[in-house]
Amino acid sequence: MNIDKKITDDLVANGISFVTTVPCKQLAGVIEEIDARDEIFHIPSNKEDEGMGLCAGAFMGGKRPAIIMQNTAIGVTINTLATLIQYYRMPLPMLISYRGELREPVACQVEMAIHTKALLAEMNVPTYHFHHQRDVEELDAILKYTFMCNKPVAILTDANFWGGYGDQ
Amino acid sequence: MIRSEILRDIAPILRDQLVICNIGLPSQELHMIDDQPTNFYMLGTMGLSSSIGLGLALSQPKTVISIDGDGSVLTNLGTLPTIANNVADNYILLIIDNGSYGSTGDQPTYAGKKTKLEKVAEACGCENVVVCGGKDTGKALQAAIDSKKMTVIVVKCDSGNIKLPVITMDPVVIRDRFMKAVSA
Ligand SMILES: [Mg+2]
Repeated sequence: MNIDKKITDDLVANGISFVTTVPCKQLAGVIEEIDARDEIFHIPSNKEDEGMGLCAGAFMGGKRPAIIMQNTAIGVTINTLATLIQYYRMPLPMLISYRGELREPVACQVEMAIHTKALLAEMNVPTYHFHHQRDVEELDAILKYTFMCNKPVAILTDANFWGGYGDQ
Repeated sequence: MIRSEILRDIAPILRDQLVICNIGLPSQELHMIDDQPTNFYMLGTMGLSSSIGLGLALSQPKTVISIDGDGSVLTNLGTLPTIANNVADNYILLIIDNGSYGSTGDQPTYAGKKTKLEKVAEACGCENVVVCGGKDTGKALQAAIDSKKMTVIVVKCDSGNIKLPVITMDPVVIRDRFMKAVSA
């Protein structure tokens, strides 16, 4: 199974046509796949709160949006989640590279990893954690759930899910 | 001219367009002057008016005007390269540059000192950047709409605020009403 293609196929099958991204090494393949798809308008953003603003606008313009980012950005986007996405009740799938988990080589990444689930729980953001490659089978249902309830939903994807960093 | 006078001046132009209006006093002023279903009022999230407007403009064909402030653009300066590199010819960013953080008590911004937002926008790659004074805002805005070219307008004006009430409309009502106007 090509995981990048499977994720992109699920996005397209759920009508997602506007995707903003802030890169991460683990997400490089899926971002490349999204960029190559005609069905998706890909707009890189410079910061994740900016990206959420773009997604809010796209949603109000009739598109289904999604954001792809790193878990460190939870620290950047708390206010935007609370006062824009949640306050105006907008759907937003957040495909998140969950750095600082098992097989992480960079110690500093652990510092935000240990807060990630607590922050999402505090924000009442429904959160799913992909640890094994087969967990991706739930993505389609998670996307349907997101647009059913009009909420931001987090999908944390760790290094084990992506198959490690290749250098270990 | 101060921002509320400019908004009063351009309200007849804004009425027929989709407007994303910045947090705080700008939204309160526009709401009081000429509340329309085509206005999206930001009740929070400083800095994202330009981003919301760009996302909207890229997703449907109607003209979108983001009303922003100098302080808010400085908060989200990364928005200008994104705008420049994702051209939407139905998008106008209207920066009311009064050199101060109006909603918090007119503390000075760097835009009122050495930083020139119009030059920042140009350096970021924005191709149509217009600078005007407060009284010429309507003319510049109508020209930008008619040009059908993505335009950044920087309006240099005075700082100063009027007393007015907060918006009590529910955010989901604002959003729902706005989305119906977008798709109408
Ligand atoms: Mg200002």
